[in-house]
Amino acid sequence: MYDGWKIIIGIIIFLGIATFPILYDLGKAAPPPPEPKIDTPEIKKMVEKKCVEPKSLMKIEHMVMLKDWRDWYVREGRSIYIAADGKQYNISLSNTCMKCHSNKKDFCDKCHNYAAVVPYCWDCHIEPKEEGQL
Amino acid sequence: MSFGLSLWLSFFAVAVLVLVALFGVEAAHLNYLFGVIIPYAAFAIFIVGIIYRFLKWAARPVPFRIPTTAGQGKSLPWIKQNKIDNPSTALGAFVRMIFEVLLFRSLFRNTRTELRGPILSYASAKWLWIAALAFHYSFLIILIRHLRLFIEPVPFLVKTVEKLDSFFQIHLLGAPLLYITNVALLAAVTYLLLRRVVIPTLRYISLPADYFPLFLILSIGITGALMRYFYKVNVVGIKELAMGLINFSPKIPEGIGVLFYIHLFLVSTLFAYFPFSKLTHMVGVFLSPTRNLANNNRAVRHVNPWNYPVKVHTYEEYEDEFREFMKDAGIPVEKE
Amino acid sequence: MAVQKPEELSKIDYKPPKTSWMDTPAELRKDMFCWGNKEKSLKTVGFPNARAWSVADEDWKLPENWKEIFLEGLKERLSKYRSFQLFMDICVRCGACADKCHFFIGGGDPKNMPVLRAELLRSIYRNYFTTSGKMLGKVAGARELTYNVLKELWYYAYQCTECRRCSLFCPYGIDTAEVTILVRELLNLLGLNIEWIAGPVANCWRTGNHMGLLPHTLRDTVDSFQADLETITGVKVDYSFNRKGAEILFVNPSGEFFDPVGNITFMGYMLLFHEIGLDVTLSTYVSEGGNFGFFTSNEMAKRLHSKVYAEAKRLKVKWIIGGECGHMWRVWHQYHNTWYGPVDFLKEPVSPITGTKFENAKSNKIVHICEFTADLIKHGKIKLDPSRNDNYKVTLHDSCNVSRGMGMLEEPRDIIKSVCNNFYEMPPNTIRENTFCCGSGSGLNASENMELRMRGGLPRANAVNYVRDKFGVNTLANICQIDRAALQALMNYWAPDVVVRGVHELVGNALVLKGEKERTTDLRGEPLPGKEAK
Repeated sequence: MYDGWKIIIGIIIFLGIATFPILYDLGKAAPPPPEPKIDTPEIKKMVEKKCVEPKSLMKIEHMVMLKDWRDWYVREGRSIYIAADGKQYNISLSNTCMKCHSNKKDFCDKCHNYAAVVPYCWDCHIEPKEEGQL
Repeated sequence: MSFGLSLWLSFFAVAVLVLVALFGVEAAHLNYLFGVIIPYAAFAIFIVGIIYRFLKWAARPVPFRIPTTAGQGKSLPWIKQNKIDNPSTALGAFVRMIFEVLLFRSLFRNTRTELRGPILSYASAKWLWIAALAFHYSFLIILIRHLRLFIEPVPFLVKTVEKLDSFFQIHLLGAPLLYITNVALLAAVTYLLLRRVVIPTLRYISLPADYFPLFLILSIGITGALMRYFYKVNVVGIKELAMGLINFSPKIPEGIGVLFYIHLFLVSTLFAYFPFSKLTHMVGVFLSPTRNLANNNRAVRHVNPWNYPVKVHTYEEYEDEFREFMKDAGIPVEKE
Repeated sequence: MAVQKPEELSKIDYKPPKTSWMDTPAELRKDMFCWGNKEKSLKTVGFPNARAWSVADEDWKLPENWKEIFLEGLKERLSKYRSFQLFMDICVRCGACADKCHFFIGGGDPKNMPVLRAELLRSIYRNYFTTSGKMLGKVAGARELTYNVLKELWYYAYQCTECRRCSLFCPYGIDTAEVTILVRELLNLLGLNIEWIAGPVANCWRTGNHMGLLPHTLRDTVDSFQADLETITGVKVDYSFNRKGAEILFVNPSGEFFDPVGNITFMGYMLLFHEIGLDVTLSTYVSEGGNFGFFTSNEMAKRLHSKVYAEAKRLKVKWIIGGECGHMWRVWHQYHNTWYGPVDFLKEPVSPITGTKFENAKSNKIVHICEFTADLIKHGKIKLDPSRNDNYKVTLHDSCNVSRGMGMLEEPRDIIKSVCNNFYEMPPNTIRENTFCCGSGSGLNASENMELRMRGGLPRANAVNYVRDKFGVNTLANICQIDRAALQALMNYWAPDVVVRGVHELVGNALVLKGEKERTTDLRGEPLPGKEAK
């Protein structure tokens, strides 16, 4: 007894699972990497276009900062953040971060959707209303 | 090979792998080699290797129906059969395999034999079963989670798995949320490694081939965790790389971080090593004749393709030798 | 050398040696191995390298190219058995099997852990048949096949009773019995067997049974049973040998003609067949149900058992009943139909007494005596007086092969509960599919390896002791002739006062025959309850 057909089914199942991502994406071009937009009116107004901390840091560590800010503000009552360059900022997602980055759809969501990250900011905060959005 | 040598050799082999990737990317800037060529090669070896294994085993027949029966077999109508542990139909064997593959039923039976004075006792021993389940399922969930880097758009199921995995919303050193499977995998692998080191009989039977995959998977888990919780890497860049690989238009985005390359190199090693190691039990378990056959050989004939006629001692030869004795004893004979 | 006292033997050190197992050469200890086969035994069946040799000798008188023969044989078997190839490849050495083997539990020799027993061969497989083994050698767990390694393989292949308990616990169902069976095949290519197996095989080939009983001896033996039974019951029981046209051929292990405990079990069958008027015949040509060929090679097993169907055909019987035997039923249940089928010259078995169709045996047409008897009892076709067994407090030893290679667990229990009033189970981890071997199975029930047997039987004896102390159990029932031959010695050593009896001995005691006189003794001639001399 060899059970040939069962083996063949087994191999097909294995191939299907192992190459699932390739099959799933087959025929689709690689999606372009996201380009978060920093062209909000508020940012355009800025003379020196810079965030709270340098861009390279913000890019990979922003979630840490947001979480720290939450803890400091909500649990410790601190409301001022002193950046590495000595500049002071109000600890506030809505009034500091989102003031410049008022374009959640074109900024936050771009990367988050691409990498399937679902931050839970908006579990508590009210999502900002954007133009054209109901 | 002594225990110490086996253990350290495996440890250093993995350490060397880490260093190779570190220097290869950081010093020699072989990003394309480590980001594209090696992953492709490893994946190809994995696919071809596993199919080769499949076919190698499949090319060998199952000459006899030899299930290990673990319960009452099908017998008289009023005797209750254990249809899972002693199946008499293909469906029953299928159910038995489901239990075996998904729940590790045989391992669940495990006991620990202890000799106290002259008395033997058999204590329940479920830790191995628990660790094995934790390890394999964590690994599976982690693989599913990683799909978010390989497919676009990311399906709801993958997002759900991710959400459930971080259900407790625990922050480990800042964001992002801690994955349950991260902890479970590392804990289970550590347990599986420690028991090999601590229990004397296990230490005695363990080979470098046992330590190496554990160290390898442990370091894959650790580099993965480091990237998520400690030394963050550019996830968007990583997805760009992964999507490029999947679509066969690979390119290396800037600024991914060397930790990722180490992680990727270790994973590539695991994939390439897989088909040539004991890890093929992933495939082999499905083919095990003591588990996947129905125990019904008296009711349904199992055919052995290489069954061949054998030399036998015929009745005629027997009677020729003992005819007189038989006649004297009044036993009927063919030839008087 | 006599085996040490039980108190000494039960002090077991499970700590493995300091040196790794590959660097610890096997020491072939007397009292642990059986004598090597005699030249004559191999010659009779035409096995290779028949010569006089001794295990204790340095030189085992192997052919010049022994290594080549062994490796070629290994290669061939890897290609013929998916099980074998798989079991060589996928073990992860998780160790779940380690403390499940009775020889390891009772002896503490790490190479008796099933995983390591298989690794003895796997290491050779890796060295010669895998790329990693060829390239990396010891690092990949590979080693050369040397003379000493061969001796080690021999030593441990004959310290495994093929009981399959380890396979029950293996997450991949790796069956050490399968590995041992094939290692023994390979060793037999070099003329390396043990006489306790090779002798019976040669006997069985020529005389039809392991014991070498000739036709007239068989007749005399059964005649004496007949006389004994008449004395005990007052009924003259019929029987016949080689009778053509009988409905059923009955085949039993020949030990039952020879071993005093087995004798009584056989007398139980005789009473039963007589009482229900079964049209059954015995055969001198097939005076053996057991198959020591199975402990030699699959081919030898097939060569010996081909007689069963040849004889059934010659005698024109309709179907076959098999007696109480362990490995015989592994072979009959899992191998026969594959070797000899389709068995179209016999009829699907139907009990002539109850009309029950034995659906589970419809293809190979062989029914277990316990299935047959359990059916009779269920339909109330025999009159039983269980009080005749009231002196016995009974427990049942499940035979390994019947439990893990067939799954017949309830039938013997049903029978015992009908013929005895006092039945107690041993602890659950030691019965049914978890049953422990008698320590002497697979042809290891010799006398020169008594220490091995007592060690291997420790877990079984321990469980018997438990019910002996708790419930006063004094009878160890079983359905296997090797058990009957081996367990009594084991009980005498570890659990004195426990007597070993076949299930059909208990049936024979309880069975009320038509026209029998008032019995005063059981089938062994010991007084029945209430009939003791005052």
